[in-house]
Amino acid sequence: MSEPIVSTKTNIAVWLTLLVLTGVTAGVAFVDLGPLNTIVALVIATFKALLVVLIFMHVKYTSEKLVKVVVISAVFFLLLLLGLSLADYTTRLLM
Amino acid sequence: MADSPIAVEHHNPALKHHFANMEQQREASSLGMWLFLATEIMFFGGMFCAYLIYRYWYFPDFAAASKSLDITLGAVNTAVLICSSLTVVMAVRAAQLGKRQEQVVYLALTLVLGLAFLGIKGVEWTSKFKEHHIPGPTFNFEGSVPGHPDQPVDQHHAQLFFSLYFAMTGMHALHMIIGVGIFSYLLYHAWKGKYTPEYHTPLENSGLYWHFVDIVWIYLFPLLYLIDRKK
Repeated sequence: MSEPIVSTKTNIAVWLTLLVLTGVTAGVAFVDLGPLNTIVALVIATFKALLVVLIFMHVKYTSEKLVKVVVISAVFFLLLLLGLSLADYTTRLLM
Repeated sequence: MADSPIAVEHHNPALKHHFANMEQQREASSLGMWLFLATEIMFFGGMFCAYLIYRYWYFPDFAAASKSLDITLGAVNTAVLICSSLTVVMAVRAAQLGKRQEQVVYLALTLVLGLAFLGIKGVEWTSKFKEHHIPGPTFNFEGSVPGHPDQPVDQHHAQLFFSLYFAMTGMHALHMIIGVGIFSYLLYHAWKGKYTPEYHTPLENSGLYWHFVDIVWIYLFPLLYLIDRKK
């Protein structure tokens, strides 16, 4: 399969979504959601990152499975680093 | 090359002899680029990890320090980077369709947006410098913990926030500067008509790099600027 050519319409739609979500992130930060504020900000950021990786970086369209393996394992090891480190530091009794 | 058994496709001068065809060559270089980006994810991941741990430990002081950042400039810079990501995909698309002029226009726009980002970042850093928010002997952070007007911010913890802020935005800006260099090179060669629908791998892989740097900022903006803006 040859490389994907993404339509201008899709690119513009992704671009607009990213801009709107940037506004939403900034706006929602001023609303008091308690500890949910951080979670909402990170969920929106992750959704934006997914859009960029899948559409702008063509991962959704690629026929090369090895690229997908690399992307998924990179994210997996990142989560391993963050998850295990935070599991340690956030559960220490003495600070 | 003509007598090589694997050179089956038409003889594109960009096809290296150890690849069977342009498709295989393209996929190999794309995979290589993604492997490089995986190392970049771990590189930034270490800094994100340090940031998250200290943010958890010293949350009130981090929130106070975060409030001194300019949220408008941060949001504008996010928008600038997102626009530059669009111009990059449009430049790649123009190359895929063999439109040289469009390619040049979009690459030039990307450069302008990249430089605009760095300019805004420079303005932010300058004001941090004037406010003595640069970690070091003259560091001084006035203010109280959000929600507790009588509780002053711990200087060491605030300094830790700004150390991480400058390390992370600094490494990000360094990536942007390298990106501007790469895209200047691409602009020159696109102008010369080097990138065709059959061969535009440098453009594509540099695009992957640019989008990666964009994603890092997508996380940096909420994490650094929006810790606690409620009150």
